[in-house]
Formats: sequence, C-alpha cells, structure tokens
Amino acid sequence: MTSRLGLDFFINLVAAGLARGTPILFATLGGIITERSGVMNLGIEGMMLVGAMTAFSTARSTNNALLGVCTGMLAGATLALAYAIVVVHLRADQVVSGLALVFFGSGLSSMLGASLVDQKEATARIPSLSLSVLEDLPILGPVLFKQNLMVWLGLALVACGSWILFKTRWGLVLRAVGEHPAQADSLGISVLTVRTVCVMIGGAMAGLAGASLSLAISPGWVDGMTAGQGWVAVGLVIFARWNPGRALIGAWLFGTLRRLPLDLQGVPSLPVFHNPNIGYFLSMLPYLFVIGAMIVGSRQALRRRLGAPASLGLPWFRGDRG
Amino acid sequence: MVMLKWHLEPRLDTTTRQRWIHTIASVAAALLVGAILLAGAGVDPLEAYVHIIRTGLLSGYAVSDTIVKATPILLCALGASVAFRMKLWNIGGEGQLLLGAWAAAGVALHWLPPTTPSLFMLLTMMLAGALAGAVTCAIAGVLRAWLHVNEIITTLMLNYVASLWVSYFVFGPWSDRGFPLTPSFPKGATLPRLTDIAASWPALGGMTAHAGAILALVASGVVSHALARTRWGFEIRVLGQNPTVGRLSGMNHARLTLTTMAVSGALCGLAGMTEVSGVVHRLQDRFSPGFGFMGIIVAWLGKLEPWRMVVVAFLFGVLLVGGKEIQPGGVPQMLQGLILFVIVGSQFWLRFKIRVARTEPTS
Repeated sequence: MTSRLGLDFFINLVAAGLARGTPILFATLGGIITERSGVMNLGIEGMMLVGAMTAFSTARSTNNALLGVCTGMLAGATLALAYAIVVVHLRADQVVSGLALVFFGSGLSSMLGASLVDQKEATARIPSLSLSVLEDLPILGPVLFKQNLMVWLGLALVACGSWILFKTRWGLVLRAVGEHPAQADSLGISVLTVRTVCVMIGGAMAGLAGASLSLAISPGWVDGMTAGQGWVAVGLVIFARWNPGRALIGAWLFGTLRRLPLDLQGVPSLPVFHNPNIGYFLSMLPYLFVIGAMIVGSRQALRRRLGAPASLGLPWFRGDRG
Repeated sequence: MVMLKWHLEPRLDTTTRQRWIHTIASVAAALLVGAILLAGAGVDPLEAYVHIIRTGLLSGYAVSDTIVKATPILLCALGASVAFRMKLWNIGGEGQLLLGAWAAAGVALHWLPPTTPSLFMLLTMMLAGALAGAVTCAIAGVLRAWLHVNEIITTLMLNYVASLWVSYFVFGPWSDRGFPLTPSFPKGATLPRLTDIAASWPALGGMTAHAGAILALVASGVVSHALARTRWGFEIRVLGQNPTVGRLSGMNHARLTLTTMAVSGALCGLAGMTEVSGVVHRLQDRFSPGFGFMGIIVAWLGKLEPWRMVVVAFLFGVLLVGGKEIQPGGVPQMLQGLILFVIVGSQFWLRFKIRVARTEPTS
C-alpha cells in the first residue's frame, strides 16, 4: 500500500487493473468469436458463473487447479452447446434465449455451489508467474512479471485471437459466415457447424473467465461472484468493434476502474476518499465507463461505417428467403 | 434400399389445441430436466415440486403470499412487454424498479411531511416512482434514438448504477442508525393490506396481499387497452414488426422510441413503489430478488399479452413462494430460466413440421 499519489500508486493500479480485467478479457474474446460468426450471446454471465463454480468445485476436490480450469471451460462449452442447439439449429430468438441462459446459469451455480461458499482455504489455485530476475525490474516488474499466469494467458489469447481471425483461412471462414451466410454456404461452408463451434468456443472462454475468477483473481466461490462482468463483456465486444486488440484496452480500462475505489481509499493524502460514501459513486464508474465507451464506439461506427457483423443475431437456414 | 430423407416445412397455421399441447409438453420437458438437476444437487425432485405447489398455492395464505410476489413481477412484465413490442430490449427493469422504490421512499420519508393525508401521499409516491423509472429508462431511450447506442447494454449497466445509488442512500444519508435500511415509512405511506381489514373480515387476518395487486391489474387493463386501441399502441406495433413501413407512413421513430422506453420504465418504477410501500415499508439494500429480470421472462412467456402475463406472473409467484424454503437456494431461478429456455427453443416445432419422405433410389 502506498502512502501518496505517486508513481507507485499508478504502478499498483495498472498491475491490479490488468489482473482484474483478465476474466472480462477472456469473456470478451469469446464474445468476439461468437459474434463474428453471426450469433449474439447474452448468456455469458450465466456461463461464467457455472464455469467459476465448476472450476472451484473441481479444484477443491482434486486439488488440481489446471483440472479445475479444464472442467470450468467444459461446463461453459456445454451450456453453449445447449444455447447453440436452440438459437442456431432451432432458430430461437437470441436475446430471450441468452437471458434465459443467464437465469438458468446463475440459479444452477447457486444451487450446486451452495456447499462451496466460504471454503477458501486449502484449495489449489492458479499460481503467479515467478521470474526472479525480471520481477525486480522497475515498473515492468510489478506490472507484468509478478502477475498471475492467467494474465499472461489473456495476453497470449489476444494475440492468438487476432491472428486466427484475420490471418488464417479458418478466421476468414468464420467472418464470412457472420457477414454473409448465404454466400459462405454456396462456397461449401457449413454455416450451422461453424456457428455451433464458435458459440461453443465462446462458451469455453466464458467458462475460462469464470475459472480465472474463482481460481486466480478472487479465489473462492461466492454466489453471484461475477457481479455483472459477463454483461460488461457483452458491452465491451461492441466497444472493441469485434477486434481482440481493442478488447484488451476495454477490459484493462474496466479492470482499472473497478480497482480504483479500493486504491484511492488507501491514500492518506487524499482524505476525501476515506469517506466510505464516496465509494458508492466511484464504484459506478466502471459501469458508466461501459456506457460512455458504447456512445463513443457507436459514433465512430456511424462515421466510419464500421458496424457489427452484417448478419449478427439473424438465424440462417438454407432455403430461407434472403 | 429405402432411404429416409427429411426436410422442414413451415406451418402456416396452428390450432389452439396444438399450442396447448406444445406449451404443456415444453413445461413438462423443462421440469424433467430440472428434476435431473435437482437430483444431482441432492434434492428429491418430486418432493420439491409437491412442496412448491403446496406452499405456493394450496391455502388462502399461500395464495396471498403468491399474489404479493406476483405484483411487482407483473408490473415489471408489463413494462418490459411495452418496450419489447417495439423490439426495444429494456433489460433494465431491475434498476428502474430500484430507483422507483428509491423515489417513493424519498417522498414517504423526506420530501413530504409524515402527516400528509394517506391518499395524497400514496399518489405522490406512485408518481415519483413512475417518474424515476421513466427517467432511468429514458436515458437509454435517448441514447438509442439519437446516438444509436445498443439499449440492451445501457439498460443493463444502469441496473448496477441504480443498485449502487440505492446502497449509497440506505448506508449513508437515509440510514436508520447505521443499519443498511431506512426507518419505517409513516402509516399513511403504506398501501392497505388484506390483514388491515381483518377487523371486519376475520378470515383475512395475517394475509399480506396489498393494494398494489389491484394497481397491477388496473395497469394490465390500461396497457392492454393502449396497445390495442390507441394510436401509440398501433404505431409501436408497426415499428416493432416493420420499421420501414412505419417510417414510410410518417411515424417518428426517435420520438416513439423515447416515449415507449419512458412508459416501460415508468411501469417498472411503479413496481418498486408497490414493493416498498406494500411489503417492505422501508427502503433497504437488496430488497428485490430480481423482480425486474423475472418480469422479462414473464413478458416473454405471456407472449407480450397483458392478460396472459397476469397468469404467468401468478405462476411465477407460486414458484417463488414455494421454492423459497428449498435448500440449496437458487432453485426457483434455475427453473424459471430452464422453462423459458425450453419454451423459446421449442417454438421451432410450432413454426415448422418435419416431413420424412421415403425415396427409393432407381438403381
């Protein structure tokens, strides 16, 4: 804890913001893949909760954090499969189905996780990176080299996601399906399969987001512990303009703003923040940031004609009109 | 060799009987999946379902409790349905409900003297609650109409802002001796309950259903009338189904977006007012178990028809009251999500039929 508003304060804030933003980053990246293929997924919050609960439960009973991450991702992908069947194959309304999934996921995680609440100790966690030499670097040390492995995984997945989306044939197929499914279909691409796979990847990423919460960033299981981060991810997908690189910026800004009230209260030279009531308004900042980011994002999108994937949210089936 | 080939054929029309069978089969399927999950969590599913019906439906008190829960759900469902008619996704019912409750509490405790005549007090509280909800939702409406900002996200984010706003007041300036709740409302600021007239009708003693239920039913009638018989109702239906037709016939899309969102928010704000004035009698942290979100599900399951939503809201009340004591928690929410998910997914079989044709290869 730092004593005044100096460089240390900002280094701590940036480092903590990066960690806090990591679960949202995973969820946003998953959302980008899903939406690029033309399917909206409002159910991320529910998938994250089930992923977090499953991961924590597995890690606790097997004492193996990696296994926990895997089952969390599997749980997210399973929910996503159910979602894909309903919205991709049965062409149900994506907004309502997504909402139903959030309800189902938070109810299910609260039901199955009831025995896990307050069992924080003696559970395997994802460790932090430990590079003894680099840790002592000024600035970069605390910001990058003392971080949890999950933060690094997040950075790697941003690079990986960008590469897949924009540099590989698979990414091209995926985007074609989201922009113009009929043309993709005429090229012999199975639209429904691509969409199903993308929804499941998104679900696995949401599960990973949940697992990184319950096993690394704020270890433990608390009912409803995602506190709306899944919804924030849905917003950040739009802010990021369906682009993994911009998702990193959005997630990091959100994480930093979430962390800010806590850090400001620890600065003795700023007594105004010791008033706990100020905290409520500071805690609104990340959510207001998402709204502000959406306003900026949509203005830019209008001006530069950068929009959502053209058939986002529209079910498609061969032989339908259009 | 005989080959089986299947293809889909759109159903042009469905009979009432088909729709009933479909609904019952979907709910049954959802309850079946729910039973498997309940068993997985170590709960006897049959016992749980019987318990829900018994404690939520099978006595005068149970029905009264169910009506108490159904009241805010119905108002939120009405609010959601108005916006959904125009394909505006107001997912912020919960936040609008919270701020409606906040404004009503402000009137009851701070902005009007406690000696204000009850009728005037209650009407002012309703007005304040509706106004707070309307303003909250109108923010998202303005952003949608003029800046093309996705209303799903803005209404959702405002839920969190609203919840923190209420927390600030109940922990801070309006707190009762440091507890996370305000002092009780004066008597004139509470909606009359059945138990209040137990002196002349002893059978009603202890029943907590309050006048908010009547308000919700009146609101259903008003919304039903407004949608079916007014110019506004006609215009939002047209714009919801085909915006191009609406624009070409001279409807003002931006203005209607704003008014529809405001009406939607006002109904959800009213739900907050009835909850604090009829049930809690004070403002406190986390007084709503997600009525705003349940309203969205109910609106959808009621196919956006006010009178159907009355029935569905009542059934959701049964689920909430009956599921309250089931341990572990989360069961009602899980079942609500599951039922909606299965019903929405299975609409497919109402829209299409699967034709299986035998084809015999010639050689």
